[in-house]
Amino acid sequence: MKGDPIIRMDRVSKRFGTSTLAVSDMSLTINEGDFISFLGPSGCGKSTALKMIAGLLPVTSGTITIAPAKGKTEHDLGFVFQEPTLMPWATVQDNVFLPLRLAGVSRDGAASRVAEALREVGLTKFAGAYPRELSGGMKMRVSIARAMVTRPRILLMDEPFAALDEMTRSKLNNDVVRLANEHGLTVIFVTHSVFESVYLSTRVVVMAARPGRVADDLTVTVPWPRSEEWRISQGFSAEARRISDSLKGTLDAEHIDH
Amino acid sequence: MQSISTIDPVDDAAPMNIEAMARESREKLLTWALPVATLLAAIGAWEWLVWAYQIPHYLIPAPSLIAKTLWTDGPSLMGSAWFTVRLTFWSLSLAIIGGVLLGAVFALSRAVEMSLFPFAVILQVTPVVAIAPLILIYVDSTFAALLICAWIVGFFPILSGTVIGLRSADHNLRDLFTLYRATPWQRLRFLLAPSALPSFMAALKVAGGLSLIGAVVAEFVAGAAGQNTGLASRIIESSFRNEIPRMFAALVLVSMLGIVIFLLTTWASRRVLGHWHESEIRRDQ
Repeated sequence: MKGDPIIRMDRVSKRFGTSTLAVSDMSLTINEGDFISFLGPSGCGKSTALKMIAGLLPVTSGTITIAPAKGKTEHDLGFVFQEPTLMPWATVQDNVFLPLRLAGVSRDGAASRVAEALREVGLTKFAGAYPRELSGGMKMRVSIARAMVTRPRILLMDEPFAALDEMTRSKLNNDVVRLANEHGLTVIFVTHSVFESVYLSTRVVVMAARPGRVADDLTVTVPWPRSEEWRISQGFSAEARRISDSLKGTLDAEHIDH
Repeated sequence: MQSISTIDPVDDAAPMNIEAMARESREKLLTWALPVATLLAAIGAWEWLVWAYQIPHYLIPAPSLIAKTLWTDGPSLMGSAWFTVRLTFWSLSLAIIGGVLLGAVFALSRAVEMSLFPFAVILQVTPVVAIAPLILIYVDSTFAALLICAWIVGFFPILSGTVIGLRSADHNLRDLFTLYRATPWQRLRFLLAPSALPSFMAALKVAGGLSLIGAVVAEFVAGAAGQNTGLASRIIESSFRNEIPRMFAALVLVSMLGIVIFLLTTWASRRVLGHWHESEIRRDQ
């Protein structure tokens, strides 16, 4: 149900080897339907936290609980990496087919689902193209379609648009919000852009570095999803300033060393 | 394999680009006609020099004499050539099987790699000419002995190419396969094997040439021991009898075999990588 806790992080820490804590004592409850941004400078452990939630990194201590899915799905979690991470030897549709193929779904059985995922990101025409023939933004769309094809409840995105130009980025921002809204997804979106986090999310988790930890947990109260116009409104600036101040606080606190 | 040069659907409807087509056919002509013409010119110059300076055929035979020898000695040379061809392709096939299997084991287990890698290196760095006499003593069948020699030479590039290739899979893609709980077989089939193809194909090109060299060297050693085998032993035999034109004829056959191997491996590489890997993609100007 929307609003019920779906992910619970309880005093989660992560240490790589003998180095300092990448994530320290992180506790967080994420509710179904939340669009959460992990915002912070590089090295604050936001990607590490995301990878632990995905199960790609083991936790050093603490627990992460994900509420079991009620409906049937091949895979509950979709993950979008910072790079498109496509298989260069496979066509767009084979890349999107991959998660279903790994779940044992036949090509015929997956065809309509793959087609639907491609339609949702506007790439139907490019089903037979190879990744090298696509622009950066289109590759990212393929990556999103691949994450969506298993009909996950939770979508994890690790700074997915950081390398894209402003126009493409803003367009993809809208696409992600639309998909999240239509499918009732719970999204965790890692970013270092204040503006992106304000526009996209219902909640912004501000993180600080050395050791990586949650510094602030702010709710963006403006109704969601938001319109393009809101992006250039005073309300947006005010929210951005509020979150920016919070982020600045974490930077001042660690006596930036440059 | 269809090659897509653009994804813009508008381009499909656009009138055919005459200039580009002309350029393409010119390009095709150049890639074939130029090397063939140069080769013919070189052979012509050789023929002329031999004729003009009256160089005796027991020093350097004219190309026409070599061609004549190829024709007259053809049947007997062909038997030897067939021996060398079989030897080369058997050794290459076994090098591929052994190299890929051991490479896969190495990529799966660091411990196995650590323990076996020194042996692979020793095999690689010991000149095959130096071990061949021993192998010929130990192994009864001459063909099997030569096969072992040629295999040793072709095996190492395949092994190292496979190991590097299997390790070169993108780490994010590895994470993706972990996320979707891929089985080891799925990981190998859909991620590691395709990722390994570029360096495997590069290794195959090297190993193809080396298998022939290994076969020829092994035959030389066997030939020196008086065993009649393939083209290389015919070269030695002709040199004992001072039949220089026949030496050249056998040499031409060896070179042709090398060229065929080169063309085959190049074709295979293009076939496998042409639609996606940078090394084989042809770009429009």
